[in-house]
Amino acid sequence: MYQSSRTNVLVIRTPEGISFPLLLAGPVARFLAWIIDAACITVGAIVARFVFTLVGFVNEDFAGALFVLCFFLISVGYPILTEWRWRGQTIGKRLFRLRVMDVQGLRLQFSQIMIRNLLRFVDSLPILYTIGGIVCFFSKRAQRLGDLAANTIVVRDLYLQEPDLHQVLAGKYNSFREYPHLAARIRQRLSVEEAGIALQSILRRETLDPVARIDLFQQIAAHLKSVVEFPQEAVEGLTDEQYVRNVVDLLFQKRTNPSL
Amino acid sequence: MLIDVPRFIESEGPYWKELEDCLRRLEIQQDWKMDLTDLKRFHYLYERASSDLAKISTFAAEKEIRRYLETLVARAYGEIHEARLRPHRFSPLRWFFRTFPQTFRKYSRAFALSCLLTLAGAAFGGLAISFDPGAKEVLMPFSQLQMSPSERVKMEEENKTDRLQGVKASFSTNLMTHNTKVSLLTLAMGMTFGVGVIVLLFYNGVILGAVCLDYILAGETKFLLGWLLPHGVVEIPAILIAGQAGFLVAKTLIGSGTRNTLRMRFRMVSSDLVTLAGGFSCLLIWAGIIEAFLSQYHEPVIPYSAKIAFGLIEFLLLVLFLSRSGKGVPEANVSK
Repeated sequence: MYQSSRTNVLVIRTPEGISFPLLLAGPVARFLAWIIDAACITVGAIVARFVFTLVGFVNEDFAGALFVLCFFLISVGYPILTEWRWRGQTIGKRLFRLRVMDVQGLRLQFSQIMIRNLLRFVDSLPILYTIGGIVCFFSKRAQRLGDLAANTIVVRDLYLQEPDLHQVLAGKYNSFREYPHLAARIRQRLSVEEAGIALQSILRRETLDPVARIDLFQQIAAHLKSVVEFPQEAVEGLTDEQYVRNVVDLLFQKRTNPSL
Repeated sequence: MLIDVPRFIESEGPYWKELEDCLRRLEIQQDWKMDLTDLKRFHYLYERASSDLAKISTFAAEKEIRRYLETLVARAYGEIHEARLRPHRFSPLRWFFRTFPQTFRKYSRAFALSCLLTLAGAAFGGLAISFDPGAKEVLMPFSQLQMSPSERVKMEEENKTDRLQGVKASFSTNLMTHNTKVSLLTLAMGMTFGVGVIVLLFYNGVILGAVCLDYILAGETKFLLGWLLPHGVVEIPAILIAGQAGFLVAKTLIGSGTRNTLRMRFRMVSSDLVTLAGGFSCLLIWAGIIEAFLSQYHEPVIPYSAKIAFGLIEFLLLVLFLSRSGKGVPEANVSK
């Protein structure tokens, strides 16, 4: 099951009841990737020209024929071969973190790659992918004609790094950790959205205007205090921002003390 | 309620890593086949990651972990839920002598439509040139076709030097690549609901008809047959097959007579389209070689009768190949 919830996201729902979004790449990012690929093809052609010029000293006709054939194979075969070998990526797409995928999130098949690339001939008309760009712009899933026929989409490839939760409060003492029962209670009473607001306020604090920052943390700290109240000795001398930071640390930061 | 994210990562992280390693291996080693134990484990890891994603989406506000798990589950989903048969090892001979003709016959009506349109174009071109010989410039925008047929025949037959000396191979590859590009464009034009295919086929027919009638009216039929038959009997059917593929695309796009969705329809014909494209490309390679190395040589170098006989034999073989090859053998690779 799949649906396009917004113009740039395709949500896939699995039979396991899970849904995940695929971020669709727009025409601009795709065009930039294509420029890189066109440059790669040009470089390939220049190298081939150089090699076949050398062959031309032996047989000029044969060298000319090989060059024409080689240029044709590079220009038509390059996207097909790279997308097949690199699971939907060309050099340009790699640089811009784009990837061709099956529209249902399934594994890309060779025939799909062939069709989307063969239909470039019509997408690229009259010049510089005008037809493909227009269709892609108006398509719900940002598909050009080749993608429509091949049942493919181009998505933005996400970083696959393990999340680093140490960014928030690395190495700082947190007096709230002395009260694990209160930490458990705050986890129980706080909603996902409230925790998200607290985390985002800490992550974005440097971008805030000083007065707005004080005001924001005052409001968030007041709300957190209304959910769970920590003893006086734990909050002694803490600013509102430090209070929020300590709560975020409890909720998101990996324990440094395994006994807690 | 919130889950204890650090503890959650501590307990589940190793399973995510294991799934990620498995996926990486699947992506790198495309022909890696898991045994039953590995498959069960892979499925277990996928379900566990799915369940973790559900938990983290519901009970935690950690966007990074959620995005990480979404990507992981998306990749695993693609592997687990792929129900289409993996294409077995590609055998060029089996594909050419079995799959291609079978696919061609499967869509014979689209091929017939290609033929009809080309014939209609040829009739139009022939009539136009017979009623208005001045239209030659418009109908045949090629320099060597502008002179009178008799003059050309005389010039070709009196020519003692080989015009293509030293450029035969490059001429041949130029023909191959140009014709293949035009044919691929014809296929791709199917996405214009077939309008582009109709225009291209009709235009091809117009040129063909105009040239043929121009030479026939000038009494140069023998030269015409000797010149066109050796490569034309393969090149023209190849372009007609490209038209056939274009009409297949158009039919799939329009989808009349079926309740399947556009996505389903294209999924059903995708491998057939690739087969037809590969097939006409092969035929055009042959046509390019023959055109450069045989068609451009006329009497007294090669007798017309020999060239005509060669062309007719080729045509007969092509007809036999397309109509008989792979018949009676199960259509293993042709999509249903």
